[in-house]
Amino acid sequence: MLILECPYCGVKAEETELHGGGQAHIKRETVGSDDDAFEHYLFTRANPRGVHLERWRHANGCGKWFHAARDTTTLEVFGTYSAQTYVPPKAIIDAITAKRPDWSLNDWQGAT
Amino acid sequence: MSNAVSALQGATSEGFAMITEAGLRGMITLRGDLSSAKLKKAVKSAAGVDVPAQRACNSAGAKAVAWMSPDELLVMVPYAEVVDATSRLAKALEGEHALAVNVSDARAVFTIEGEGGREVLAKLSPVDLSREAFTTGMFRRTRLAQAAVAFWLRDETTFELVCFRSEAQYVFDALSMSAKPGSEVGFL
Ligand SMILES: [Zn+2]
Repeated sequence: MLILECPYCGVKAEETELHGGGQAHIKRETVGSDDDAFEHYLFTRANPRGVHLERWRHANGCGKWFHAARDTTTLEVFGTYSAQTYVPPKAIIDAITAKRPDWSLNDWQGAT
Repeated sequence: MSNAVSALQGATSEGFAMITEAGLRGMITLRGDLSSAKLKKAVKSAAGVDVPAQRACNSAGAKAVAWMSPDELLVMVPYAEVVDATSRLAKALEGEHALAVNVSDARAVFTIEGEGGREVLAKLSPVDLSREAFTTGMFRRTRLAQAAVAFWLRDETTFELVCFRSEAQYVFDALSMSAKPGSEVGFL
């Protein structure tokens, strides 16, 4: 059972209150981007075994989208954070590297 | 003007807790900046209580204000006053980035009364309903079986629950089944 604390309402929500929104921090392509960039934006997603940064929505709750950092194999949660950011805050990166010293945001498969 | 009726027109079900469809209730969805002085004043004048803290419901008599999200409140007033209260809220918030909408007829309200109320809800929602964790005045948006609901503990033995009107029968049936005599778990 996955439990994520919603940063907006503070509820420690279990999985059935949440809706997964896939990989976080995707660069949004727009007018002027070429076909390859659009294809990457629309269809290419990282699927790492280990640390992942994801979007989640507190669907059966306050309704807000937020971010979560977790391990896809152990289900360990490093933390959740606001949706109003392009990169994870330092506290989240520190929480990840405290447990996974080799991990870095640049090497994360989702980094673009 | 049409004769307004609530979703289940006061249906009741008596199990190890009493389930009652609470009839018509004035409900206003208020979106805006909850820290704004103007909004705080407007809420106080409409409902007679302060803007509640995160995940709380402040109530006084037939009126209440519940915390729905960082930018949303649910303002509850008697049904007969809701049209007037909505327009007064909207007027008081002119010039603010805010929105007040009368959602009364899109919702249903239930009360769950009795010592067993915590257990009735605990069987259906992923919420810690122990006496230590869920105390009077707390408000929680969650799911009840498969329906989106919000409930709060009005006093030690009374929960109030609000759901979408279209799901009222489903919610009533789920609550009634959960309160069926003989199905007490006795944990909470
Ligand atoms: Zn939330």
